Amino acid sequence: MLNEADFAALWLTFKIASLSTATMLLLGTPLAWWLARTSSRWKGICNALIAMPLVLPPTVLGFYLLILMGPNGVVGQLTENLGVGTLPFTFGGLVVASVLYSLPFVVQPLQASFSAIGRQPLEAAATLRASPLDTFFSVVLPMAKPGFLTATILGFAHTVGEFGVVLMVGGNIPGKTRVVSVQIYNHVEALEYPQAHWLAGGLLVFSFTVLLILYSVLKTQPNSQPFR
Amino acid sequence: MKTSAITARFQLKYGDFRFDVDLQLPGSGVTVLLGSSGCGKTTLLRCMAGLEQPPQGKFSINGNVWQDSEKNLFIPTYQRNLGYVFQDANLFPHLTVLDNLSFGLKRIKKVQTNHDKFTVVTELLGINHLLDRMPERLSGGEKQRVAIARALMLNPAILLMDEPLASLDSKRKQEVMPYLLKLQQEFNIPIIYVTHSQEEAAQLADTLVLMKNGHVQASGKVSDTLGRIDLPLSKEKDAAVVWQAVITRHEPEYRLTNVESKGGNLSLPMTDMPLGTKLRVQIHARDVSITLQAPSQTSILNVLPATITGITDDQDGQTVVQLQAGQLTLLSHVTRKSTQLLALKPGLPVFVQIKGTSLLH
Repeated sequence: MLNEADFAALWLTFKIASLSTATMLLLGTPLAWWLARTSSRWKGICNALIAMPLVLPPTVLGFYLLILMGPNGVVGQLTENLGVGTLPFTFGGLVVASVLYSLPFVVQPLQASFSAIGRQPLEAAATLRASPLDTFFSVVLPMAKPGFLTATILGFAHTVGEFGVVLMVGGNIPGKTRVVSVQIYNHVEALEYPQAHWLAGGLLVFSFTVLLILYSVLKTQPNSQPFR
Repeated sequence: MKTSAITARFQLKYGDFRFDVDLQLPGSGVTVLLGSSGCGKTTLLRCMAGLEQPPQGKFSINGNVWQDSEKNLFIPTYQRNLGYVFQDANLFPHLTVLDNLSFGLKRIKKVQTNHDKFTVVTELLGINHLLDRMPERLSGGEKQRVAIARALMLNPAILLMDEPLASLDSKRKQEVMPYLLKLQQEFNIPIIYVTHSQEEAAQLADTLVLMKNGHVQASGKVSDTLGRIDLPLSKEKDAAVVWQAVITRHEPEYRLTNVESKGGNLSLPMTDMPLGTKLRVQIHARDVSITLQAPSQTSILNVLPATITGITDDQDGQTVVQLQAGQLTLLSHVTRKSTQLLALKPGLPVFVQIKGTSLLH
């Protein structure tokens, strides 16, 4: 069965994934809203940058983050000057890396559902005395609920499943940066197959369950199935 | 400021499309913006609402200025006291009918009057039984009635309607039309109504604005504008004038109703509306024929004395004759040959035989 180190890894994974998901939603919502509405020439560049983790090997992203956030990197020097120290091999560093790595999984569904709303409901709200901010909270957010659900679940699940970036940026420090995926790797390295089975199987079941819930909820959402 | 309570002046350019409008409109009654698609009528409506922000523009209603580009003034839509009905209802899909209706009410302060207003409006539009429904469970006509109610809830200073019937089939149109007519009687606010349907214009308009290629072709009282022979409208197959009339007598044995108008008395197909009801009668130019002498033996009931006031000839051997009957204008489509045989010319006193009339409401 699972030992203490496994539980520590599970708990750490959960913390990182939750915090990253929350951060991604906070950053991703205005970003996705802007991308869905703008015709700025920066849109293409922005979209490409956000989507990069989808095609890059995680090690590439991890490598650059390691350098950027390290003592000689721009970000590293900034964080040191701010008195936070350097981020690699810390919990904070993992969260930052996870956010960048999983951001497309949050921004893209949000952007798609914001675009799908179109300008019509926004105009209706404006003719009914709702200010733009009011409209965002009373019309856009509720109408984009399926998008938020997808974004949250995909962002969370994808963060749970990351490995390459974690290994590069976080290393393998028990209780601090050793997440489940790394722990599985450790078990396999040590030929502890039964424990690797428990964790790997657990992740498998988790991913399937989460996606199953997502797709069945989306199916019953009225907004994603317009009645004609 | 006696009649022109609304000033609308906008200039806009989208690529090749130049939009340039300068209008003075009355502060009451229904103004219909009529034109084919792409003529800019919806753009004009959107400019009035502030949904478009033309670089050059001035819009004021009853002394309230909502846009004046010279003074760099532009009141955003959500601060304008208006009601807007979109072509496809545009209800919020995530809210019930009740929540759609109260969306605007929650955002204005006059809580006291809100309750009464709510009851009046929902009753007027006959949507009380729909309040719990989600918009997706409404028919097209019901959706549009809810949308109209939603716009009226806020007691707007002006009601802007963008082809509210265009997306409905003819049965649904007939279902919603009576509510539009009631609207006009119950609420003393100016209504600007965009449509491409001459039929709807004839039924609803007090003032008619004809638009083409981003410009105003003509504007004025509906009775005057429809009777103008310098406009292409008068040559169309469906060219017609609209007369106001009052019911004076029913002849049940003949299934007829007599009405009195400033153009003369007419017999119409029987209606069950009571005596004294004011209504609109539409007379198509194709149903009006001209005789030089009063016909003594004719099957046509509606014969009126009239004077020719204008004639235009088009290329297809057809002439449009404009006549004055009593105080009202009438159009007649006559072949060029008949015009020559009868020597029709302006000033000539004649008789018109009206073969058919339709009661608009």
